[in-house]
Amino acid sequence: MDAIAKPTPEIGPLTRPYWDGLAAGKLLLQRCTGCGKIRHYPRPLCDACHSFGHDWVEAQGTATVHSWTVAHHPFHPAFRGIPPFTLVTADLPEGVRILAPLRDAGDGALALGTKLVIGVEDNGEGLALPVVRLAR
Amino acid sequence: MSLSGKAAVTGVGDTDFTHDAPGKTILELQLQASLAALRDAGLHPRDIDGIVMPMGGGATVAEDFVTNLGIPDLRFSTTTPLGGAGAVAAVQCAAAAVATGLCRHVLMPLGRLGRSGQNQRIGARIQAMPQFRTVGEFESPMGAMAPAQFYAPMARRHMELYGTTSRQLAEIAVTTRRHAILNGNARMRQPLSIEDHQASRIIADPFHLFDCSLESDGACAVIVSAADVARDMAKPRVLVTGVAEGHPDSPSAITQRPDMTRVGLAKAAARAFAMAGVTPADIDVAEIYDCFTWVVLCQLEDMGFCGKGEGGAFVEGGALGLDGRLPVNTHGGLLSQAHMAGMNHVVELVRQLRGEAGAAQVRDAEVGLVTGYGDLGDGTIAIMARG
Ligand SMILES: [Zn+2]
Repeated sequence: MDAIAKPTPEIGPLTRPYWDGLAAGKLLLQRCTGCGKIRHYPRPLCDACHSFGHDWVEAQGTATVHSWTVAHHPFHPAFRGIPPFTLVTADLPEGVRILAPLRDAGDGALALGTKLVIGVEDNGEGLALPVVRLAR
Repeated sequence: MSLSGKAAVTGVGDTDFTHDAPGKTILELQLQASLAALRDAGLHPRDIDGIVMPMGGGATVAEDFVTNLGIPDLRFSTTTPLGGAGAVAAVQCAAAAVATGLCRHVLMPLGRLGRSGQNQRIGARIQAMPQFRTVGEFESPMGAMAPAQFYAPMARRHMELYGTTSRQLAEIAVTTRRHAILNGNARMRQPLSIEDHQASRIIADPFHLFDCSLESDGACAVIVSAADVARDMAKPRVLVTGVAEGHPDSPSAITQRPDMTRVGLAKAAARAFAMAGVTPADIDVAEIYDCFTWVVLCQLEDMGFCGKGEGGAFVEGGALGLDGRLPVNTHGGLLSQAHMAGMNHVVELVRQLRGEAGAAQVRDAEVGLVTGYGDLGDGTIAIMARG
């Protein structure tokens, strides 16, 4: 029996480097070449200086907890049997946030500001996604 | 020119709310509610010359109403696609249209087959909506694809910052249920206790099942008319004295929002209160968009009924009940009456201000407000007064 596939991103030319970066094990962030502001999620225009120009920089790899939720109800058939899993909203030192599943710990280990490290993991279906772990 | 007092709600109507409208289309339900609103207003369908559709890109369009109601000269039509903020946005839009003389009587129909619309459950609906494109690409692959999951981190952060508890969220669900039980047209009629809430399964922590709203079938319709015309109509006028819309920072991704405990209503509320010339202390009854209990608490703070972080204490002890400090969601809301995307909140506010709210009537309700909350935090508010 074919399993139902998890949702896949609709990748466009603008966001392709982000997804290619994850596939290569790197979390890339968009940086404005006009004023240097880092923005996330990827988008066409810098809201500070209104330049379209941008390049990509690799995130330092650290983060802190901004908030979280524990998903108990699977809102998509491909996630049936997987919950509960913890999704962390994490502050990056670059000034943006990511959402990522927590690995190797439960939500009981979390508080605002808890230190994290960022990793990249295949979702089991060939899509690389960011994950977070407690910093040692 | 201020919009204050230039428009009035002159007709409200609704269908029975069910979990399964047998064989009905959304259009049929909307037409049924529209006819009820027309009867309520004492208007003939030919009098309608404006239509605002709160669910942009939804199942029906203004042309359907022209065709079925036999509207001879529709002079203004638009949509307000702000999700759950769309119903009150439609009130704002209609008020502006009648105030500027574009038209005189605006019909605003909203219908849903939220429950029986197979394959259109919340996850699938969200994926198809352009306002969710960003989270659809970057968050849904991780399993975050429903409003419960997008909003839960807002509530969790509020809890961590201010000590807000799940039992305080339960207070909102319990009071709202108490109001639904008084309503002849509400889906959830069994008593609910804080313990029932706490024992209910967790959907997306910190949200339990009873923090979440219903999926319902049915429709509501509201008619907004020019205030001078409304003076001679069937029912006492309910004037729109203040109305505003506000969008949160980072409107497409809560994850990136500078302060995720604050929503678009925080920007809109002050504008609406100033337009109406009232303060939160003047509000006799409030119909507050309640897709989740947390969203009510957040809006109470963002409107200034209490400070940021004080919402938990504010709602305790039945404060939102009919005899409480601020009667809220007197019809049972989206949590316990039906999920009509907030148009049922507009209908209820009008009934309260006319004194037509039956067993849930707030005594001497003269000034009230209704809010909308949509998508990832868009906010709308209308302040209305008997007049
Ligand atoms: Zn820039």
